[in-house]
Amino acid sequence: MKPGYGEVLIAEGDIELSEDEERLIREFRRQLDSGLWAAVPLADAQGRRESRMVRSFEDIPRDAERVIFFPRAAGGR
Amino acid sequence: MLLALAATAIVAIALLSDLIVPRLDEGWRRLRARRRRVPQLEYDPGRELRAEQRARELLRSCVNDKEWEMYRDLGFIRVWGKQADGPEGPRVSGGAPYAYVIYPHRPIVAYLAQTHRLLGEYCIEFPDETRPYGSGRLPDSDDVLAKWMALTGDERRLIAMANMHLPGRQLDPDQVRRDLWRLAQWERRRMRDAAQRSTPSSADASA
Repeated sequence: MKPGYGEVLIAEGDIELSEDEERLIREFRRQLDSGLWAAVPLADAQGRRESRMVRSFEDIPRDAERVIFFPRAAGGR
Repeated sequence: MLLALAATAIVAIALLSDLIVPRLDEGWRRLRARRRRVPQLEYDPGRELRAEQRARELLRSCVNDKEWEMYRDLGFIRVWGKQADGPEGPRVSGGAPYAYVIYPHRPIVAYLAQTHRLLGEYCIEFPDETRPYGSGRLPDSDDVLAKWMALTGDERRLIAMANMHLPGRQLDPDQVRRDLWRLAQWERRRMRDAAQRSTPSSADASA
């Protein structure tokens, strides 16, 4: 998520391919290091939706379709 | 006499140069900085509109149909609270079911589901310090999605980070109660429509 732009595709790849996986891990760390939060949208069998906040690449479910990065929350006024 | 005055002036200038030269240098730098052209990103309504459209699509793909329609029709999303003792402990909510109303770029409001008693306003922002397009502010739908993800993903952490205020600090409590009433009406209408769709019409039944 970017101000003035909305959704921006950062990287995509097949997690089963080691080359892609390394690239995705690199990008994931780069985004977190730049101060963003990461979340994975999830859906259960009943159609309920929620998200899972992830702090390391291992936290991401292997079958996750995407990870969304967004600015870190801060107390507002 | 003239020579003495000139010598005195030279000595005075030499002594004052330590004070004068840095000021002259500073003034020169400021003048140059003022004249330097700094590229500025101006507010572009078209760009913001496109950003909002992209953000709406992303939001729609993440939340369920009911939440999306709620946002589309009412302008906010309700998220049920999951903490057993409520956001501020049992003293405030008594362990009763509670929920949050998420508005774009407004505080998150917690309320008791049965009585609609407002519990508090949680002020939270998602500022992008890089200001990629001249602004640190996410599109409205991205702001809602960020709150939705943070609340459903880690409610306790988000609430702990937020600045909590009593109801009425930023949002008019009457307006929030009206929104909750609109939500109740909207849900009733939605259930009625769903029931009508699932039961066959009288014409179908008689055929």
